[in-house]
Amino acid sequence: MLKDITIGQFFPGDSIIHRLDPRFKIIMTFIFIIMIFTGKSMICLGIGAVYTVTAVLLSKIKFKMFVKSIKPLMPFLLITAFLNILFVNGETVYFHWKFIKITSEGINVSIFMIIRIVMLIVGSSLLTYTTSPITLTDAVERLLSPLKRFKFPVHELAMMMSIALRFIPTLIEETDKIISAQKARGAEIDTGSLLNRAKNLVSILIPLFISSFRRADELATAMECRCYSGGEGRTRLRQLKSSSMDYIALSVTVFFLLCVIMTNLIYS
Amino acid sequence: MDNIIEIRNLHFRYDADGENPSEEVLKGIDLDIKQGEFVAILGHNGSGKSTLAKHLNAILVATDGKVIVDGIDTADETRLFELRQRAGMVFQNPDNQIVSSIVEEDVAFALENLGVPYDEMRKRVDEALKAVNMYDYRLHSPSQLSGGQKQRVAIAGIIAMRPKCIILDEPTAMLDPQGRKEVLSAVRRMNREHGITIVLITHYMDEAAQCDRVVVMDSGRIILDNIPKKVFSQVELLKKIGLDVPQVTELCWELRKSGVDISSEIISEEECVAEILRLFNS
Repeated sequence: MLKDITIGQFFPGDSIIHRLDPRFKIIMTFIFIIMIFTGKSMICLGIGAVYTVTAVLLSKIKFKMFVKSIKPLMPFLLITAFLNILFVNGETVYFHWKFIKITSEGINVSIFMIIRIVMLIVGSSLLTYTTSPITLTDAVERLLSPLKRFKFPVHELAMMMSIALRFIPTLIEETDKIISAQKARGAEIDTGSLLNRAKNLVSILIPLFISSFRRADELATAMECRCYSGGEGRTRLRQLKSSSMDYIALSVTVFFLLCVIMTNLIYS
Repeated sequence: MDNIIEIRNLHFRYDADGENPSEEVLKGIDLDIKQGEFVAILGHNGSGKSTLAKHLNAILVATDGKVIVDGIDTADETRLFELRQRAGMVFQNPDNQIVSSIVEEDVAFALENLGVPYDEMRKRVDEALKAVNMYDYRLHSPSQLSGGQKQRVAIAGIIAMRPKCIILDEPTAMLDPQGRKEVLSAVRRMNREHGITIVLITHYMDEAAQCDRVVVMDSGRIILDNIPKKVFSQVELLKKIGLDVPQVTELCWELRKSGVDISSEIISEEECVAEILRLFNS
């Protein structure tokens, strides 16, 4: 049952978006975030929406998946929107009771914020939906590599990240086994009161931790046996190559950002 | 032929310089292994066989005595990587020695560490994967593979370094019979076709029976060192130190005990059948 958990939610595919260089995709996601947060008017958001929808369509990923990614954040969104409606001051007042005022400005701000955050989620989901976690790690390592000059442990962080990704399925399998073993000994893991269940969780976590340490020890020996000595002088089997397509996509993104900035200037 | 491994009077205790040194685990081992040999090291738990294996790769260094692998003293830290390239090590648990989430990248791991240029690396990785029949799985995630397949990936990761010698520390202990067969045949092919020296640590008698030479260890000493037929003919001695013999050998031994005139040097089913047929016909 635990095997169904997917981390990073990657949907393999062969669309234009999938094929883009992951380094460019990360940079474009950043530009996109700047784009939707600098936009001050509905027109700016409209430009952002055109960009988002085009990218989603190009990725050929089902629209349903994006709805799924927004769902868990929906309560948070609605509460914030609700508070905005109640407490933002403005001139056109629709309803007034003690300190609560509902104004057209308040409603505008809430709608604006909801659209902004929904676009933010869709945009960043698009990155993880179309890029496998391991490629993503690799791209982050390369993007951050200039920081090595300042003694920032870029390679080490990326190596930890990729080992963590590698061991997620292994540890999930192990957890499954421990759960069965503890159930066979009479542990109540999915029955009983909440407190009891929480207590019983300890009987799963402790064996899991101990075995993880043992694994880490063995893995370290195995890595040393294969001449691992840190990031210095390493070469890579995975080559990231940027094509003209990446530069076109980047230019388009920058163009959209410029449009948003221009609109801001015109309407201010 | 030249010796690739020379062990002279090897003594070892854990934490030798620390406060509570352990008892001697290895008590004076002398062993020569020739280039291209396929040697099994046999012994029950605690006999020191895995400790011995770890000395061949400088994971452990001798408390006393010398271990020389392909001309390199394992105590020489400056040549550690050179040594580990020439003598690769495969461990028992396939899960705990695979580093990457993609098969081909795991095979490339050692080469990446050594800074091998891309074109050369690509070539060697593909060769290594083909050598263990895992080329079709090169883009899979290790978690999708069976134990035997994972262990073959681990072997490919070692072969990619082009070692002269591979040390396998109970590589089949955690595998099902099918996986054991796959791994052993891959190892045997490495030995026959590429002339790589193999040191196989095992407690499976039938695996040892397929080797060129069997070294039997008991409580830190080598007590037998010979071709499999000669080793397994010592049924009483092996039983005394808690080891079994291959089933067919045991069968013949029982038959001989009850007065049948059957050879004592039978280690495979085919030999046993032939011998029984010979007796039957005569």
